[in-house]
Amino acid sequence: MAILSVENATVLFDAPDGGTVSALDRVSVRVEPGSFVVALGSSGCGKTTLLNLMAGFLAPTSGRVTHGDHPVLGPGAERGVVFQNDALLPWLNVIDNVAFGLRLRGMPRKERRERARAMLDLVGLAGFADHQVWQISGGMRQRVGLARALAADPEFLLMDEPLGALDAMTREQMQELLLDLWARTGKGIFLITHGIEEAVLLATRLVIMSPRPGRVTAELDLEFGREAAAETSARRVKSDAAFVSAREQVRDLVFANAQV
Amino acid sequence: MPDIFAILWAAAAAERRAEQPAGQGQASTRRRTGVRRRVFGTTAIVTTVVLFALWWAISHAGLVPPLFLPSPEAVATQAIRVAADGYVDATLAQHLLASLGRVFAALLAAVLTAVPAGLAIGLNPFARGILEPPIEFYRPIPPLAYLPLVVIWFGIGEISKVLLIYLAVFAPVALATAAGVRSVDRERINAARSLGASRGQVVRLVVLPGALPEILTGIRIGLGVGWSTLVAAELVAATRGLGFMVQSAAQFLATDVVVLGILVIAAVALVLDVLLRLIQRACVPWQGHR
Ligand SMILES: Nc1ncnc2c1ncn2[C@@H]1O[C@H](COP(=O)(O)OP(=O)(O)OP(=O)(O)O)[C@@H](O)[C@H]1O
Ligand SMILES: [Mg+2]
Repeated sequence: MAILSVENATVLFDAPDGGTVSALDRVSVRVEPGSFVVALGSSGCGKTTLLNLMAGFLAPTSGRVTHGDHPVLGPGAERGVVFQNDALLPWLNVIDNVAFGLRLRGMPRKERRERARAMLDLVGLAGFADHQVWQISGGMRQRVGLARALAADPEFLLMDEPLGALDAMTREQMQELLLDLWARTGKGIFLITHGIEEAVLLATRLVIMSPRPGRVTAELDLEFGREAAAETSARRVKSDAAFVSAREQVRDLVFANAQV
Repeated sequence: MPDIFAILWAAAAAERRAEQPAGQGQASTRRRTGVRRRVFGTTAIVTTVVLFALWWAISHAGLVPPLFLPSPEAVATQAIRVAADGYVDATLAQHLLASLGRVFAALLAAVLTAVPAGLAIGLNPFARGILEPPIEFYRPIPPLAYLPLVVIWFGIGEISKVLLIYLAVFAPVALATAAGVRSVDRERINAARSLGASRGQVVRLVVLPGALPEILTGIRIGLGVGWSTLVAAELVAATRGLGFMVQSAAQFLATDVVVLGILVIAAVALVLDVLLRLIQRACVPWQGHR
């Protein structure tokens, strides 16, 4: 399987005052198959912009985005996306939203619903298949968005704060689910979060960013995700001394940036 | 000249905004909305009754001759007579059907052409450059002003009448569709594309349903405009239709039939609007939710 890579990418936006905003400044990130890359950074540091580059929604002002040997020129089903504000289709009910990607491929209705049902089961929404999307909570909608991306079985999963609107308990369950999925399928994952603990738990590679201009200020290789996936208990890993010290180290790095 | 389309459009948008809190608002907001609605409903009914009573009183006081203001009873009697025996060779139902037939033929043709045209305008700047200028040019012209030209070109047959209404409906539906297309959430389109949707699939499965609320609003406005163009259209050598009935009754100074015709035209407009609102509610239940 091929590597998804952003090389030396700069993204400039027009600012309201007539100047330009440097949303990303010479940023490079590689997502290898089987790796779990997490981007951590304060609001406005360009995380979503970086994800948009990988997804192909946006072309860099300069630099390159490649998938294997090919340049990324637009979105594609091999790079599944979970959006910051779910982006579900309100005219479809929950299960048809989850099955949407399969429908686009022409999979027969019965088959795709079966698969969608299994995905809903996985994210803990088995009882909500026939609900309308406006009848479920924000956290549930995020999980429907996750199920929708998973159902399409992409090579890479790009997730923009997929667990942001979840309560602490569901959030922990979803972290374990993500780790389990990742360990079993070997997909390459790129995930954005504001949670330091979440980042340290999930990442095999942690990318710390800072704003104005959006830059990568530190990168770390971590192992807790594999450990937690093997033990299927995120709680235990989080209380390990090694985890706690790594978490504090990352906290220092994040706050060191914030001071500058 | 105030632009009727712009006004209707703004009114429909304001109404949609006003309807939103009822679905998801807090109990107190909903209760307040409920009270406001009841106050409005009661006042509206009282106003209507008072207007009718005034009409009745003035016509019975003998202040105005019946030629200028026939009494409600005279109009009611005419209603029964025209319904049973007809007026100028057709019963009320036949006049009504003739008018409805023209409006619906025009509406059908307009929806079938204006929705694709609106999609093209909203999706493609090239198509927009071709289609928008002529639409924006003729839209503010009152149909009566170009009626003579339509007659010169297409004669005095049924085609001219339907064409006139068609033109009146086409513009609001096309422009509403284009506005609906432009309002479709960018993220939803991106979501579909990252699930592997082709361009055609994006248009069919995301853009069209996303624009549906505005398309239906456009159709509602178009139907209102189309119905009000009816009398103008039926000026063209018609032998049937509500507009024609009112015209010929006026020539014979049969004021009671004129008033009857006006009341029927108003009632039909009201029924059509209510029907379309029901359709809108049934087709876009997600309206007002995100
Ligand atoms: N379409 C746009 N036009 C202009 N400026 C933009 C646009 N999109 C993003 N920006 C700017 O680029 C910067 C980075 O935005 P981005 O959405 O990537 O941040 P983020 O890290 O995802 O923030 P958050 O954590 O709040 O989601 C911000 O300063 C933002 O104002
Ligand atoms: Mg963001």
